[in-house]
Amino acid sequence: MEGDEIYLDHAASSPMRSESRDAWLAAATAHHANPTGAHRASRDARRALDDARDAVAGAVGCRPSEVVFTSGGSEADNFAVRGALAARGGIAICSAGEHHAVLEPVEHAGGLTFGLRPDGTPDLDDLVAVLDGADDVTIVSVMAVNNETGAISPLSEIARVAREHAPDALLHTDAVQAVQWLDLAGVAADFDLVSITGHKIGGPTGTGALIIRDGIELAPLILGGGQERGRRAGTPDVAGAAAFATAVVDTVRDRGVDVERIRRLRDSLIDGLGDRLGDRVLVTAAPGGDRDHIVAGIAHICLRDVEAEALLFLLDSHGLRASAASSCSAGAQEPSHVLASMGVAHELAVGSLRLSMGPSSTEADVAAALEIIPAAVERLTRFGDG
Amino acid sequence: MVAMSGGVDSSVAAALLMEAGHEVVAVTMKLWGGESDTGCCAVSDVDDARRVADQLGIEHHVFNFGDDFERRVVAPYAADHAAGRTPNPCIECNRYLKFDRLLRRAEVLGFDRLATGHHARVVDTGAGPRLARGADPGKDQSYVLHVIDPHVLSRLMFPVGTMTKAEVRAVAAGLGLRTASKPESQDVCFITNRHGRRAFLGDRIPLRPARVVDGAGHRIGSVEAIELVTIGQRRGLGLAGGTDPRYVIGIDPGAAVVTVGPRTSLDTPATRLESWRWVGDRVGGEVEVQCSAHGVSAAARIDTDTMTVVWLAPHRMIAAGQSVVAYVDDMVVGGGLAGR
Repeated sequence: MEGDEIYLDHAASSPMRSESRDAWLAAATAHHANPTGAHRASRDARRALDDARDAVAGAVGCRPSEVVFTSGGSEADNFAVRGALAARGGIAICSAGEHHAVLEPVEHAGGLTFGLRPDGTPDLDDLVAVLDGADDVTIVSVMAVNNETGAISPLSEIARVAREHAPDALLHTDAVQAVQWLDLAGVAADFDLVSITGHKIGGPTGTGALIIRDGIELAPLILGGGQERGRRAGTPDVAGAAAFATAVVDTVRDRGVDVERIRRLRDSLIDGLGDRLGDRVLVTAAPGGDRDHIVAGIAHICLRDVEAEALLFLLDSHGLRASAASSCSAGAQEPSHVLASMGVAHELAVGSLRLSMGPSSTEADVAAALEIIPAAVERLTRFGDG
Repeated sequence: MVAMSGGVDSSVAAALLMEAGHEVVAVTMKLWGGESDTGCCAVSDVDDARRVADQLGIEHHVFNFGDDFERRVVAPYAADHAAGRTPNPCIECNRYLKFDRLLRRAEVLGFDRLATGHHARVVDTGAGPRLARGADPGKDQSYVLHVIDPHVLSRLMFPVGTMTKAEVRAVAAGLGLRTASKPESQDVCFITNRHGRRAFLGDRIPLRPARVVDGAGHRIGSVEAIELVTIGQRRGLGLAGGTDPRYVIGIDPGAAVVTVGPRTSLDTPATRLESWRWVGDRVGGEVEVQCSAHGVSAAARIDTDTMTVVWLAPHRMIAAGQSVVAYVDDMVVGGGLAGR
């Protein structure tokens, strides 16, 4: 029963761009030496690493010295929150809808959270209340784009509020889901720390960066040989950095065209599901129907009287790869803390489905999804049990 | 669909179904989010299940039934202890999770049969399928499965039920399955050895001290938590040594009193039932009755008019909340719960 794969899980991980793969292979082939060494081969590797750093900086609008390569978004988020707390003490504050890579370090250190609005964006009134009620706020972390719902946070507004109510706090944004949709140089300009990753934009898994504005000191997570200007020890991954940089540069270069094309695909998918499933489908972050605050590539819906786990099983068996909330380490579906903090009722949240697109998505994917999903939903609701 | 716990029995069950030519998909239920030593809930067991499925070349999925497990198994377990009863959560898990929730999920997803690695058999009696003891008397699990609705038995398969445990392990070893020599899981999966039952229950229900009295009502000891006391218990009652051992013969959570007596006072001619269900026709004559997962059975009559088990020879008292299962010729003919 399985034909070609219909891949609608780009927000989890997007297929590698061929240019990125080529860049990885070229760098891995050319640079066998440790980039921190002194000889010619090391200097060549060092040059490739610095070229990658320059390229990332250029694409996201920061200085090369501000780019610290990491193993990905989770390390970058941990570095931002834990590095700030370790260097400065105090407490961390984040939105309740953050990725666990921010939420866990914040909560583990006794930090505070503020809520989301029903449209998935941060509740700024609640942010103000939490900031005003807290002493000694060291860092405020708010994601640029929510990884589940695709809701875009009003970062400049958040920066303005945070600067006013916690002038000494560092501002961090997890922009892992943003580079592919938004002009990061513009939207994150007011933030001190910005996390990005490779595998959501066609780069390799295991690559990413934390952008640390010049002059800001964080305590490193990894001590050792002083690489990355003492901010992250360990022999730098030259090939990974080259491939990551290529993915960032190409993503930013193609973004204007890709975003509009993908938005049309996404809208035809959502509208098509609405036509076929009627009021059984709810666009999660668009309770009033407005999708302007949702990134182009994410369609997060809740399906009444359907259990996501059963739905995903049926979709998977028809070749459609999608996801619900987040999976635990064993692969089971866990209830979404994001939807809970938006106030989505539990019985609706268990029927959540995230369909996410990227540059390789096609009209054929949408057409296939519009066949497979309604049929699966029909089957599950007919049996009366997900 | 084969429910794979990550143990050797369900691994071999999956392998046998593959060998028999079935189209097989493996599923592991994630039931418990907290700490676990073993059982269906530990990530290492899910890893084992997934790797065995990989080795057999079948798909493996994980279903999260944590909410249902909490509601149907864990919360009632705590509530039963609070009421001075001794529940068997594995039976409730079989009743509500494996052979209801998971079975319905399997049906919805288009599967014809649900298989597990239990040591039990489904036999056709002419009057419909019946649950029977597994071939290995030492490993028989029909007791913990007696609550399965007889109407769904025709959709179940227990591929290792006709085998001894030694045979199961031999098949697993022959196939080179990583679970071949994995130890048995015995204990309640949501209670760890490290924290124990007292800590687990203490987090969920108030634990109250109680007086320990003899048959004449004289106070002779005390316990810190009556909720942890069970019928037949002889340790941890705060009794002075030097006398014959005394056993718990009565628990009154309302009055916070535990009554103890000598070994002989544990023997009873009859056990009260608070619920009973015949699987097929009522059996008026002698049946074999089993009252614990790995216990021996004893001859008795089930009197549903007075709701009692009438033992043919005096029988050790049964704690309220324990399952009572009746067999005729190794076939489950009825089951219920012991009362006070």
